[in-house]
Amino acid sequence: MEHMIWNPTMECMPRDQLRALQDDRLKDVVRRVYESVPFYRDKMQKLGLTPKDIHGVADIELLPFTEKQDLRDHYPYGMFAVPQSEIVRIHASSGTTGKPTVVGYTSGDIDRWAEMMARSMYCANIGKNDIVQVAYGYGLFTGGLGAHYGAERVGASVIPISGGNTTRQLMLIQDFGSTALCCTPSYALNLAEALQAEGITETKLKSGIFGAEPWTEAMREKIEEMLHIDAINIYGLSEVMGPGVSVECMCKQGMHIWEDHFLPEIIGENKESLPFGERGDLAFTTLTKHGMPLLRYRTHDLCTLTDEPCACGRTHVRMGRVMGRTDDMLIIRGVNVFPSQVEHALLQVEGIVPQYQIVVERQGTLDTMEVQVELSPEFMSDTVRDMEALERRIVNSIAAHALVHATVKLCQPGAIPRSEGKAKRVIDKRML
Amino acid sequence: MYVKQISVFIENTPGRLADFTKVLEDAGIDLVSLSIADTTNFGILRGIVADPEKARETLAQHGYTVKVTDVLAVCVPDRPGGLAGILEKLAEKNIALEYLYSFVRKAGDHALIIVRVDQPEEAVRVLTDAGIKLLSQDEVRAL
Ligand SMILES: [Zn+2]
Repeated sequence: MEHMIWNPTMECMPRDQLRALQDDRLKDVVRRVYESVPFYRDKMQKLGLTPKDIHGVADIELLPFTEKQDLRDHYPYGMFAVPQSEIVRIHASSGTTGKPTVVGYTSGDIDRWAEMMARSMYCANIGKNDIVQVAYGYGLFTGGLGAHYGAERVGASVIPISGGNTTRQLMLIQDFGSTALCCTPSYALNLAEALQAEGITETKLKSGIFGAEPWTEAMREKIEEMLHIDAINIYGLSEVMGPGVSVECMCKQGMHIWEDHFLPEIIGENKESLPFGERGDLAFTTLTKHGMPLLRYRTHDLCTLTDEPCACGRTHVRMGRVMGRTDDMLIIRGVNVFPSQVEHALLQVEGIVPQYQIVVERQGTLDTMEVQVELSPEFMSDTVRDMEALERRIVNSIAAHALVHATVKLCQPGAIPRSEGKAKRVIDKRML
Repeated sequence: MYVKQISVFIENTPGRLADFTKVLEDAGIDLVSLSIADTTNFGILRGIVADPEKARETLAQHGYTVKVTDVLAVCVPDRPGGLAGILEKLAEKNIALEYLYSFVRKAGDHALIIVRVDQPEEAVRVLTDAGIKLLSQDEVRAL
């Protein structure tokens, strides 16, 4: 397989050289936050640290963590490391509760982000001959503009259609001859189904870059089969940058983290930095960001890292699929349940499109979990017996994959509310 | 000799059924016959309409999950044991009954029932041989 590589010098750098580069850049970012961000200076002083104590990546565990709550506490601009005059863009993540988290970018940050998204486009075999339909939302959310700048950087023709308006999306896929699609995986499935419903079997689509929500291999298979494309997983979070922190290459064996810009760690239960291969909480130190650099930012995404060589030739470590979130892990009657396990269970029941929502309640002292699943047309039956059998198959699949008993409630399509193409997966009424 | 029935998934939440009938009414679709099978969580609404394809399209546009199924529209002789006679004929041939419901309207002196069985072809043969009249889609439309 021919692998397109945007920046071979950086992306294929031998690991010892990459480490040396990270050492230098880590020292630099520590110095910058110490000088410019009171939050970090205070934290370091309390730990008895000065920038001189950090000689490189080997000293990473000396540095303090950053939690999302720290960003909220310094809302809106308290974590910025440069004066407002240096900030050229502001994004914000949709907070599930209260105020959003705000991120500022310098023009250099925007340039580096575009570079990383350009690498990501090449990873998915998207180049200047492609027509890229960006169906991520444009706005405070980083998805739309992130994909947009990367696609432009590689010289592709960008269609900035943004999210939603499925009829229009289908029209442009056909009329504009889009060859690549960027959106959430659930919206990609949505579009695939809409195309199928319209009887459209031929499009020019060949690649898709999908992210901003957890998905599974089963979902990838379904998208690839329905759209006849390579579906590439991308990862990112606005606090750290936006989409393009890591992305899969065509090997589809984990997402390469751009390590010249980010230092990833897997954090264990005792807050220790775990070796590659172990499962834990993913954290990032931004090595080159100037607007809002972060030290050891806890993503609370549960995953593993590997530095095994990749067939594509890139040397940067790969992260596995996010297996769940350590902070939205649900504990149901003593069992740890991740929404991704439920999603996997749903996908195993043939043909179920995972628009679902988990509702957890406490009845007396007993926690109950209800999984609401939108009914796909192919499962509609005129007999109650068939529908109840479907409910039972889902219940059994959840029991097998998540080791928990859930009740299943079939819902009418569209019954589960969505925002920016994403369905809210968990409603935990126990906390209300 | 089948009649097309539409089946619609309805959540058991207040207002759902009212919304459903409103959609049909607004589109000028007349329900000739209707039955609801329900469980604690959901209902399956089954109905006979003059134009099932139009009903399917209209409902799908309004976000309903719809299935169109072939059923039998059987004229029940208007005498005691009329229905029992029909069911016996089916049972004799081991044709299993999934469900049945009655029509609001009558066909002349006959009562009408909708019957869903597991072997529709065989059922049509058995009933026709026994001299029982089945209505066609056109006859239902004309009711
Ligand atoms: Zn690779």
